[in-house]
Amino acid sequence: MKARVTVTLKSGVLDPQGKAIEGALKALGIDGVAKVRQGKVFDIELDAGDQAAAQRQLSQACEKLLANTIVEDYAVAYE
Amino acid sequence: MSKPLRTAVVVFPGSNREGDIARALRQASGEAPAFAWHADRQLPPGTDLVVLPGGFSYGDYLRCGAIAARAHIMDAVRAHAERGGLTLGVCNGFQILCEAGLLPGVLMRNARRRFVCRMQHLRVENAATPFARRYRAGQIVKVAIAHGEGNFTIDPAGLAELERDGRVAFRYCDAAGAVGGEANPNGSINAIAGVYSARFNVLGLMPHPENLIDPLVGGIDGRGMFDGLAA
Repeated sequence: MKARVTVTLKSGVLDPQGKAIEGALKALGIDGVAKVRQGKVFDIELDAGDQAAAQRQLSQACEKLLANTIVEDYAVAYE
Repeated sequence: MSKPLRTAVVVFPGSNREGDIARALRQASGEAPAFAWHADRQLPPGTDLVVLPGGFSYGDYLRCGAIAARAHIMDAVRAHAERGGLTLGVCNGFQILCEAGLLPGVLMRNARRRFVCRMQHLRVENAATPFARRYRAGQIVKVAIAHGEGNFTIDPAGLAELERDGRVAFRYCDAAGAVGGEANPNGSINAIAGVYSARFNVLGLMPHPENLIDPLVGGIDGRGMFDGLAA
């Protein structure tokens, strides 16, 4: 089973990298860029019997390592 | 001194300040520290103080300190801290202690996006701890900072708890002791440069007291921490 975990900063948490990218996009003259927030994507291949098992494994993975839940949220999508 | 302080410095792949810490510990205690490797499962027997040095453990992959916080040796560090053992994390070591859950909060990218490497004044907020007993509360000390991700962040309830319980160890300030504005190098909430655990046996701080122990490099204000620990 393949899953994609997306980790993003919680709203309200300052994102200097996103701000820098936003500035660079504007400097390139790309129209309509209002705001950029940077996150991380993890593509994970799993040995899991079913989606419920995968869900358990991935929420452990996110809580224990992939996200720092003080400042980050995570979302899991399955292929 | 009854019994010399036995110290251990943990080295992760990418640590680079272990030599500086070792020099400061040797100067204060008269004994060279032992070194523990990230893959070890135990600290050297009889360790009184364990230090996580600065650097870029695991290349800062994922988040600063995130991988190191899950290394085998950290189980031993956690057990040591839970026994009340003295534990110090400097710079990347502070990031590791936060990621390991031994200290609250998280160190985010500097608000002004720059890596800052400069001398920095700090105000000692609480001198009634083994780490700061050679300082006075309110004393202004000059040490060095060198980090890109030192912006201390914590939720409002956690912040209120730190402030209420005197767990803010040091605050960034200017030479006159004024807090805020340009004196805050990284955007840390309440200008927090270091925090204690609830039992005051774990300290994490971004600045490098170990680099200000010799007049040759511009000051000796960092000695107080190591002298206090060794006393």
